[in-house]
Amino acid sequence: MLTLSLLLAACAAPPLRGTGDLGVVIERASGSVQVVDNTHQRSLGRIQGLGDLSHASVVFSRDARYAYVFGRDGAISKVDLLSRQLVQRVAQASNSIGGAISSDGKVIAAQNYEPGGVRLFDADNLALLADIPAVTGHNGKPSRVVGLADLPGNRFAYALFDADEIDVLDASDPAHPVLARHPGAGKSPYDGLASMDGRYFLAGLYGEDGLSLLDTWRPEQGVRRVLAGYGRGEQAMPVYKMPHLRGWSMAGEYAFLPAIGHHEVLMADSRSWAQVAAVPVLGQPVFVMAEPSGRHVWVNFAFPDNDKVQVIDVPSRQVIKTLQPGRAILHMEFTARGDAVWLSSRDDDKLVVIDTATLNTRSTLPAREPSGIFFSWRAGRMGM
Amino acid sequence: MDSGPVSRLLAALLVCGMVLPAMAAPAAPAEPRASQLLQLLHKDCGACHGLTFRGGLGSPLTPEALQGKPDDSLVATILNGRPGTPMPPWRPFLDEEEAKWLVYYLKQGARP
Repeated sequence: MLTLSLLLAACAAPPLRGTGDLGVVIERASGSVQVVDNTHQRSLGRIQGLGDLSHASVVFSRDARYAYVFGRDGAISKVDLLSRQLVQRVAQASNSIGGAISSDGKVIAAQNYEPGGVRLFDADNLALLADIPAVTGHNGKPSRVVGLADLPGNRFAYALFDADEIDVLDASDPAHPVLARHPGAGKSPYDGLASMDGRYFLAGLYGEDGLSLLDTWRPEQGVRRVLAGYGRGEQAMPVYKMPHLRGWSMAGEYAFLPAIGHHEVLMADSRSWAQVAAVPVLGQPVFVMAEPSGRHVWVNFAFPDNDKVQVIDVPSRQVIKTLQPGRAILHMEFTARGDAVWLSSRDDDKLVVIDTATLNTRSTLPAREPSGIFFSWRAGRMGM
Repeated sequence: MDSGPVSRLLAALLVCGMVLPAMAAPAAPAEPRASQLLQLLHKDCGACHGLTFRGGLGSPLTPEALQGKPDDSLVATILNGRPGTPMPPWRPFLDEEEAKWLVYYLKQGARP
């Protein structure tokens, strides 16, 4: 009897394999995700029925088996990379922008626009643990939350777009989280990132030329402005898509950040946060991502330049290559050690895999209006 | 030549009886321009306003959200942007007639 049930269990189980080279690709218009294998550059399958995935983002369980997909419609979907099944789904807000997972892997935090605030969920079953409304913003409603990132000690940092504030939420007791507020964080923070060691939280500002920095080792010092006035003396250009920030902006001793309204990538010293260089690029940068080696930085662009990608050589601080991999390149993701980068081309319905050593295309894969690409190495990285 | 989105929009309006006498339909641009504009609206405007126009960092653009807002000021916002907010000017990419058509389209709440 025992043998029989073991046999049955074996039949039902997915084939034995690791998840370290798997990833999730958002197919924004069809409400589906593809599970991909980045060693063999192939799709393993599609999971459907995830709702409105415009601007969807993903975090991974720390065993890298499950992906939590945060949809714009406020739903969190937990999907199993091995069985390619939707295992849990909860509609938790009416307009959401992303999420994070706690350092112990037990708490999922969702950042919401409507109603503005953060909600905490049990990572196992997505049961609600706590609701933390944001302070009322300029528009008289709870502020929209941007830039949510995990910090060590089961804390989360985020910025308030409508209230010019950076908040740090201590969720070590997730049913009774403790909020530390840091007002005066600059005009209209649009996104944020935590450094890879989880010490710094940086918020990009839309309303002024500069970024806001909180040193979480010295929270009593409050928020200070860095890279202030980076576009001084120049006329700001229109921004047709908001840039994004995340921990992949940092490599080695530098941070690489998009300027707003200026066609430049800002390069800062990652301890002093002083500006080291402003590298001219061909358009408004959206994602500015350092290769894991830190040698090159890849940049994609806002409309109308979103069919191009530029590669910056870090030592010489110059663009060394401009690629045209497809129409509407929305996102880029490196493999764990950076031998390849995957690009999503929304308007050509394809994924393009580029060899980072030769800059040649290794392969292309079909996808339905792909946007975000998220590889499972994020499971072991803070701030991702 | 694909005149799909425009035909579907007009069909939807007729079926739903949503064409209000007070709001005369602006002339639809000829294809393929109409399809290009709708792509721009859904994908690029949608980047901030949401793929379904229910809002994001940009305000919602649903018929309910736009109700009572004069067409002229919406057209001006599209073409010139709104200084002091992230809304950029789209004049380099479309003209006034096209902006009027998009405003009409949004107020009808039709989906391609």
